[in-house]
Amino acid sequence: MGMKSDIELIKDGKRLDGRGVNDLRPITIKAGVLERADGSCYVEWGGNKVLAAVYGPQECLPKHIASPHRAVLTYRYNMAPFSVEDRKRPGPDRRSIEISKISKEALERVVLLEKFPNTMIKVFVEILQADAGTRCAALTAASVALADAGIPMRDLVTACAAGKIGGEIVLDLGKKEDNFGEADVPVAILPHTKEIVLMQMDGQLTPEEYRKALDLSIDGCTKVYELQKKALRERYVEGVD
Amino acid sequence: MAESIAWEIKSDYIHSLAQKGIRQDNRAMDEYRPIEVIPNYIPRALGSALVRLGATQVLAGVSMLVGQPYPDSPNAGVLMTGCELVPLASPTFEPGPPDENSIELARVVDRGIRESKAIDFEKLCITEGEEVWMVMLDLHVLDYDGNLFDAAELASTTALWNTRIPKYEDGQIIREEAKEKLPISEKPIECTFAKIGNTIMVDPALEEEKALDARVTFATTDKILCAGQKGGSGSFTREEIDYALDMAFKKGKELRKLVKVI
Repeated sequence: MGMKSDIELIKDGKRLDGRGVNDLRPITIKAGVLERADGSCYVEWGGNKVLAAVYGPQECLPKHIASPHRAVLTYRYNMAPFSVEDRKRPGPDRRSIEISKISKEALERVVLLEKFPNTMIKVFVEILQADAGTRCAALTAASVALADAGIPMRDLVTACAAGKIGGEIVLDLGKKEDNFGEADVPVAILPHTKEIVLMQMDGQLTPEEYRKALDLSIDGCTKVYELQKKALRERYVEGVD
Repeated sequence: MAESIAWEIKSDYIHSLAQKGIRQDNRAMDEYRPIEVIPNYIPRALGSALVRLGATQVLAGVSMLVGQPYPDSPNAGVLMTGCELVPLASPTFEPGPPDENSIELARVVDRGIRESKAIDFEKLCITEGEEVWMVMLDLHVLDYDGNLFDAAELASTTALWNTRIPKYEDGQIIREEAKEKLPISEKPIECTFAKIGNTIMVDPALEEEKALDARVTFATTDKILCAGQKGGSGSFTREEIDYALDMAFKKGKELRKLVKVI
């Protein structure tokens, strides 16, 4: 964010990859892609390739973190070393830990944790290839994987970012837009109630621009939600025929 | 066990109070606890500030090192923000490497400062591509009574505004001759709101923080929003976010006046 460059990110309403300001990158979502996991999902979102798996509800380990009231949800966001141009050192870094924390909190709103006291539900997301917007792609995949695992939920969680590039508010920043843009606002909502369960912002926005970006990302989430539903239908309805 | 029965009862009590529009300490929903800011609290450090926000105490200290710039910005200095939730500050803090709470705190404070463009990083370049000043901002939480975000950001902004750059000559840092001020122009301030039931309140005290459903923090300068972060396992409506955003600008103006420069 905010790096200097001579690249013109937006010209006559067209972005570097030809998208308009309100366009998402191409997204494909597939549910049930892993053999061993209880639920799984693969998402391609522009150049992002993200794999999510869910294990549980299962025995809560270590035992001292178990709760008699609800299941413990864990979320691990992890980037493969080869997912970015400069090799990422394997293992959790500070960024991954922060993303994991807020993503876990977003999912805690929807998963009916109180139905599974003393257990643990584990969500793992691997970023195989990163192309900006990985936390949104990851959370979108994770929520489909939870549904695929048959874990009862109030709603899906759907995530999408909006931002500011070349002075304009646009949907779903790509890699260059993220590096050289002026602001990024990743958001996750529950599509039915439009409740906001994840929101971050960095960069520079006036309050009016921020509101516009928030509205735009919520619109984006609504579009992504259709694709999540389609993925689950393909697996469970159409798969039966 | 993750939560004690006493906390649960307390949490129910705070929820029922909030429903009636009351807070435990009788504050208004848009009222901060008393705030005290002491710049240069640690004179040995190049910059420092202690903030007391109610009973919460956060100490920010600045050190300056000379190091290599990042390859993608060869003519810009570097800011690194660390945070230690030291065990003397709370029975729930454990010694050891930073946990997710301490990392989130440091990163949200860092974003507030960095994205406000308060620090002119290009002025911190010594030799392009080779040597730049690295501003090491370290947060030491001394007493945890809720809302570390706002206290930490206020302490950080004050510490940075009072930071002096040492003299650098022939590859040596001369601390005794630290006269030049850190090039800084904005005063980013963070305001944190707790949602308890359907009530939004600013500056959650510890027990409110434990009882909250969701939390949102906005970092602002006079007219610009520069960072935001939602936390907690609850959610916000669009209208609640709007309210918190406007209030963050309003309260930010009040808190900004507390950033004293000696």
